[in-house]
Amino acid sequence: MKSTFRSGRVALACLSLVSVSVLTACGSSDDDKKTDEVEKLGKMEGKVSILAWPGYVEDGSNDPNVDWVSAFEKKTGCEVTSKAYGTSDEALNLAKSGDYDVIAASGDLSLRLIASDEAQAINTDLVPNYANVYDFLKDTEWNSVDGKNYGVPHGYGANLLMFNKKDVDAPTSWGAVFEKDQLEKNKGKVTAYDSPIYIADAALYLMKTQPDLGITNPYALDEDQLAAAVDLLKVQRQYVGEYWSDYLKEIQAFETGDSVVGTTWQVIKNNIKNKDVDVTLPTEGATAWNDTWMLSSQSKSPNCAYAWMDYILSPEANAQATEYFGEAPNSPQACEKTTDPKHCETFHAGDEEYAKQLWFWRTPVEKCLDGRTDVQCTNYAQWTQAWTEIKG
Amino acid sequence: MSHVADPSPVLDKAPAPALRGPAARPVSRLLHRRVWLRLTLLLSAPLAWMILVYVVALAALLITSLWSVDSLSSEIDRTWTLDNFRTLWESDVYRRVTIRTVSVALAVTVIDVAIALPIAFYMAKVASPRARRMLVVAVLTPLWASYLVKVFAWRIVLSEGGLADWSGIGSPGYGLTAVIITQSYIWLPYVILPIFAALERVPDSLLEAAGDLGAPSPMVLRSIVLPLLVPGIVAGAIFSFSLTLGDYITVNIVGGANQMLGNLVFVNAGAANNLPLAAAIAMIPIVVMLVMLTAIRRTGALENI
Amino acid sequence: MTLSTTAKRLLAAVTFGVLALIYLPLLVVVANSVNSNESMTWPPDHLTFEWWQRAWHSAGARDALLTSLEVGAVATGIALVLGTLLAMALQRYSFFGKNTVNLLVILPIALPGVVTGIALNNGFRGILGIDLTLWTIVIAHATFCIVTVFNNVQARLRRMGTSLEEASADLGAGVFTTFRLVTLPQLRSALLAGGMLAFALSFDEIIVTTFTAGDGATTLPIWILNNMFRPNQAPVVNVVAVVLIVFSIIPVWLAQRLSSDVDAVR
Repeated sequence: MKSTFRSGRVALACLSLVSVSVLTACGSSDDDKKTDEVEKLGKMEGKVSILAWPGYVEDGSNDPNVDWVSAFEKKTGCEVTSKAYGTSDEALNLAKSGDYDVIAASGDLSLRLIASDEAQAINTDLVPNYANVYDFLKDTEWNSVDGKNYGVPHGYGANLLMFNKKDVDAPTSWGAVFEKDQLEKNKGKVTAYDSPIYIADAALYLMKTQPDLGITNPYALDEDQLAAAVDLLKVQRQYVGEYWSDYLKEIQAFETGDSVVGTTWQVIKNNIKNKDVDVTLPTEGATAWNDTWMLSSQSKSPNCAYAWMDYILSPEANAQATEYFGEAPNSPQACEKTTDPKHCETFHAGDEEYAKQLWFWRTPVEKCLDGRTDVQCTNYAQWTQAWTEIKG
Repeated sequence: MSHVADPSPVLDKAPAPALRGPAARPVSRLLHRRVWLRLTLLLSAPLAWMILVYVVALAALLITSLWSVDSLSSEIDRTWTLDNFRTLWESDVYRRVTIRTVSVALAVTVIDVAIALPIAFYMAKVASPRARRMLVVAVLTPLWASYLVKVFAWRIVLSEGGLADWSGIGSPGYGLTAVIITQSYIWLPYVILPIFAALERVPDSLLEAAGDLGAPSPMVLRSIVLPLLVPGIVAGAIFSFSLTLGDYITVNIVGGANQMLGNLVFVNAGAANNLPLAAAIAMIPIVVMLVMLTAIRRTGALENI
Repeated sequence: MTLSTTAKRLLAAVTFGVLALIYLPLLVVVANSVNSNESMTWPPDHLTFEWWQRAWHSAGARDALLTSLEVGAVATGIALVLGTLLAMALQRYSFFGKNTVNLLVILPIALPGVVTGIALNNGFRGILGIDLTLWTIVIAHATFCIVTVFNNVQARLRRMGTSLEEASADLGAGVFTTFRLVTLPQLRSALLAGGMLAFALSFDEIIVTTFTAGDGATTLPIWILNNMFRPNQAPVVNVVAVVLIVFSIIPVWLAQRLSSDVDAVR
């Protein structure tokens, strides 16, 4: 995902070096890892350590009015310590340290955690609030493997197309940011998400407009398909005024008119007071994110961890957290608890038709995600290099 | 330095050593006699610190740049390879970004030195002592407003309809020009201060003597003041150049769609999980700085910084 | 050299003009700290003191400020000791490799922060195998702060000459006594100036800090980076910046007074 609080992530991304660090002997022996689900819960351990995106675990220290951790601590006696991470790569390496009980993972991280035996299967019977969660978020390919569930869904959201009505006729297609003739009149005022994962947006557009490239999943690109997406983005680059990676930057750019068309999140649109700015889900669909709470295989406090997962899935806490972050909650019950009664309507929570048009983020890997076995797909490192070249 | 200019207080405070003489303290006597021992004692702690903390880290960075990342496991493959440097050499994007970054850093340095010279001169040689003190405070105070807050303020100033547009001056919009303006702004105090300090050390009497001997002002400036200023200018220039060379935050906030070397290091070290490539890219600013420092050293200015 | 009145006026105009420009963006910061529009676009909407209230109650900002003060103080302390030792060695003695040592001191500040940051991060984690904590920030900061103390002390030592120290030794004072009673008092204002600059550098450093900060080690710049880009938090950050500017005038002013007193006698 998708960081609403992107810059926080930027800061933290540095720390990921840590993880990256070659010489570091990460990881402990596999003996402490427990990947099978537990049968029943025991006594609370009195503390729980959480690894999450910034804004997911708020205890009031940033803003006294934003606090859903204190209520949990009071209720369960589990004292919460949390760490916010900047990128999924960083999170993977932090998770390997074994210091965290619960991890909020995006689609591009969850499978890697499972593959490296860092995640423990979750017995959803022990998470009563799991029953409320929208069915279309359950047992998806980014949280389940071999019929075993490894992550309980948190919130989700789409990467939408935002535009200023004054400068752009209400677009219905991503062509507004990818086709030369449409880009021409907004030269220098186009914006795009500043991350290699944005290549998937171009791939999605190519998938719909150039079927002969054979793209069936925007996260599974062989070298030719990646090259086509890169070419498309290089054209776009000539018209881009600035790339955005943090939230406030795009809000400002659209309010002042420095940007008039580009990708966005619903929450950004909601924070823009300029009435001419609107968003749409183009006909091609869109990329999106869905995060899940995962349990570490090295967890020392599994009981408090289960308590946290159940708590954060409870309608009240989930409503608070997802509303603060600016994403769709995970259950109809949570939708009833939001302070803004229209929150779920705005974010299309529970709208299954809407969700069907979304391609949730996954990390591109060599083994093609679309099932092709005759070619090797491009991985995230290659996407990053491509992104550097696109920006030039 | 009044209290030391007159030696008597020293003696007042320390009559005992004078009476007992150095013979009473073997350590002190030994140190007094053995220059190399004094030097060793002085140097060992700071040198150990610099080598352990910094030199070793830089060397490890160089070594890391000769490794690669295994694409399947994402683990670092410690086989020696020049692949990273080959990538840097062959892909013209790195050359473009290097040229862009060095150009921006040069522009910032030239602008800052050009602005700092008259200000530092006014502060040190024209303003009254009282005004001088106030001016130094005025120059130093903005240093305490957070770097990030100041950069963000510039984003607001330069936005469409922002302060620059609004006041009728006009804004260049987000881009390299905005980066140059913002970076020049941020590092200006760091350039003014060393030049000011160097100027302060030029005795007024020297200037007066030159004037009395009939040298016209421009000539005094060129042949007397400027040479004395070189160390200050060099110190300021190194500061602004190196700080701009490694910046990746300002360009993110006001740089439009541009990227600089710092961004490439940052992205590869973090999100891309490719520390060896990041280390290889980091070698570019290291080489640039070393070339610059060597060039400066030839002129002899480095010893006086 | 005598400057014409016109030249003096011109210099004054440039100086005050640039100073005005320096303060203009800071005025924007002040304006935004009371701007009711939380995304801080220009011109400000309405006057509000909500952000000031929120900043007053922000435990995160307070803790981060304390952390930064601690880090700055310890790093400056280390830099003062190491920088003074180095300056004395390099200014008073000549030895093989002196130039290299000189270069080595300048290097941490001359190399871009992103390079120093990534090198130290790799060094701490990879080579030394230690976890990042608050102490790794302190070590990193001290390393690039040494040079500011070193510069100031070296300049002072050069100006001082060695006659007083020699006189002290001739009168029978030992090496340590001479340092304590003769050298150190003369260095006081240089140490103050170097220490101030070192502290200021450490206090506002963000790039090296992000690479060397451990879990929960939130210095003020890190807190600002984490909050700067949230619409509801960004104005609070402006308030913090305004408060910092106002309070920084006191130490800057004091330091100036102390060092000017010395200069006046010079």
